Amino acid sequence: MIDPVVETVWRRLSPRMLVVHPFQEVVRAAPALLGLLVAGSSSGGKGHLWSVAGVGLMVVLGMLRWFTTTYRITPEHVQVRRGLLTRKVLTVPRDRVRTVDVTSHVLHRVLGLARVEVGTGTSERRHEGRLKLDALTAAEAARLRVELLHRSPAASTTASTTAVTVTPPAGSTPAAETELARMRPEWVRFGPFTMSGLVTVGVVAGFVSRLVSEGNVDLGRVGPVRETWRWFSAMSLPLEIATVVLVLVVFVSVASTLGYVLAFGNFRLTRHAEGTLHVTRGLLTTRATTIEERRLRGVEVGEPLLLRAVRGARLAAVTTGLRAAQGAQRGGSMLLPPAPRERAVSVARLVLPRVSSGTPEAAASPVTAGLTAHGPAALRRRFTRAYGVHALVLAALLAAWQWAGLPSWTWLTAAALLPLTALLAADRYRSLGHALTSGYLVTRWGSIVRRRVVLECDGVIGWNIERSFFQRRARLATLTATTAAGKQGYQVRDVDLAEALRLAAASTPGLLDPFIVEARTMSTLSANSM
Amino acid sequence: MDTPTLRSPQHRVSRTAVWYWAARAALGWLVVIAAQVFWLVMDDENALPVTTHVAALVVTAVVAVAHVTVMPQWRYRVHRWEATSAAVFTQSGWFKQEWRIAPVSRIQTVDSERGPLEQLFRLANVTVTTASAAGPIKVGGLDRDTAQRLVADLTAAAQATAGDAT
Repeated sequence: MIDPVVETVWRRLSPRMLVVHPFQEVVRAAPALLGLLVAGSSSGGKGHLWSVAGVGLMVVLGMLRWFTTTYRITPEHVQVRRGLLTRKVLTVPRDRVRTVDVTSHVLHRVLGLARVEVGTGTSERRHEGRLKLDALTAAEAARLRVELLHRSPAASTTASTTAVTVTPPAGSTPAAETELARMRPEWVRFGPFTMSGLVTVGVVAGFVSRLVSEGNVDLGRVGPVRETWRWFSAMSLPLEIATVVLVLVVFVSVASTLGYVLAFGNFRLTRHAEGTLHVTRGLLTTRATTIEERRLRGVEVGEPLLLRAVRGARLAAVTTGLRAAQGAQRGGSMLLPPAPRERAVSVARLVLPRVSSGTPEAAASPVTAGLTAHGPAALRRRFTRAYGVHALVLAALLAAWQWAGLPSWTWLTAAALLPLTALLAADRYRSLGHALTSGYLVTRWGSIVRRRVVLECDGVIGWNIERSFFQRRARLATLTATTAAGKQGYQVRDVDLAEALRLAAASTPGLLDPFIVEARTMSTLSANSM
Repeated sequence: MDTPTLRSPQHRVSRTAVWYWAARAALGWLVVIAAQVFWLVMDDENALPVTTHVAALVVTAVVAVAHVTVMPQWRYRVHRWEATSAAVFTQSGWFKQEWRIAPVSRIQTVDSERGPLEQLFRLANVTVTTASAAGPIKVGGLDRDTAQRLVADLTAAAQATAGDAT
């Protein structure tokens, strides 16, 4: 048992970080060092020497960070003290802790370390609310997670000693947990469609360019590169383009699949009896996120175009204390990696509190319930906007061709893509929809990435209604439900004004009633509101 | 017929705000005009003919006068606000019209601010924030007493409700 008096002593991060820092800096400076090895110091310029000096400085600074950072956990607060010249104390009240994120990179895992990030509900846009401990021993991190989250509702009322006896010892999993989802090998087929490999292409390109600039490596002198280039430039232009596209597609697919396996391998979503959801994932870098269930305001089903083509979807939590998910794997709010759509739907049903407990299994879940379409005016608006943008691009290209000598194939290609624009506009309209079922506001939009957000009506803390000049002409409005969770505001786009008001009034009963009038006054209203 | 629509909020901002907006716009335009005059005076090598300079000045002046006279009146007509015991409701914008509604029970902070120019006209603005970064409600151009009363009322009402308003 932990004595409360001992708890208030300032503690240091794990001393093993003294090994991690130098290693990380060396890896980061790898291109320069590699260049030094390949080219030798004779190839002129002292750039790489400066790089090495920089690496040394960073190593020293990193080690200093360990000596200057301390933390402590008191019954009321989590505090981190850091800084060499300006000492800074970051204090987070424990009852404000919403999420705890435990990440271990490869090196961390080898040394048995883990980084702990504590998320609070407020000021998520700025980074002030987040508290990071890089890094503790894995056991210490696990204990901290359990302690911070599973005790926080009781922390203010019961003494800390009684709660400690309830929490299990470090490292072991609590007995009362139910598994909601787990990675299945056949999900790997969604890997190539996540496009995460594009990032890898960027990283490789960045590495090569740094190798050339910092490491002074002349690519033209490397044998295989020269051979490939000679072979490549012997081909005709169409063949060259086809080769590049083919190589890119194969490379991105392989990299995406690999990325999928590494990021989501061992994925597990569990629910703990203390009222938290727990997500663990990752083969090399492991990541464990804990979300307080009473802070969960809804879910977001994301379907990027490629994933939609193979009937896949991903699921993210809309919760206070976590930044909204970006991309397939970044962001701690992920609840399910790209997986079969039906899985995403069933997991959403399990996670949403009102759906799983209140209604029988057969009842419509807000994730599958039919949506109200936004009507012909919204459809027209999709087309005018899509064609408007396309026409602008086309005009710019034509102008550049006429006066700046741009080759004619650019605007010809742009003109040939017009049918694609129509398809995009039609699909964007098809995605638009909204509904209000079993206490959840549902909105869906987007084509390249189609998102369906299910937001608890209790989580809505206000409404913004926007009407641009063109929207007023089409009698449409964009309704934004503001919330403290996720992206802070979720839009129902280009919906009929009367329908928007009906939706808002039904979602938050009573709030809008004093401000709504019947249609007879419409003409006078629009006259004086101009 | 039951197609509902939003009515406008009850209160207009202070009449003085028209003068304040006009003064602020005029100051902005003066900077532009001063820059143009400076260029005219300093342009010794006649990179641009004097007539072009004068024409540009005239165009700027006409646009400035139109903006300074029309904009404040227009803005005065479209900016409205209302605070009941349950909600704060504002309307703003002329090209992009916007209504914002927030329940008093979800209010987190109420700020009042007076810039130097606003002080000159004895005006103040009030910003009401909720726990959502997407939902701050701003009412500008209120006279000082109204702003103070609004802040006091909203603060009292917000304190009366329990919970952390998320």
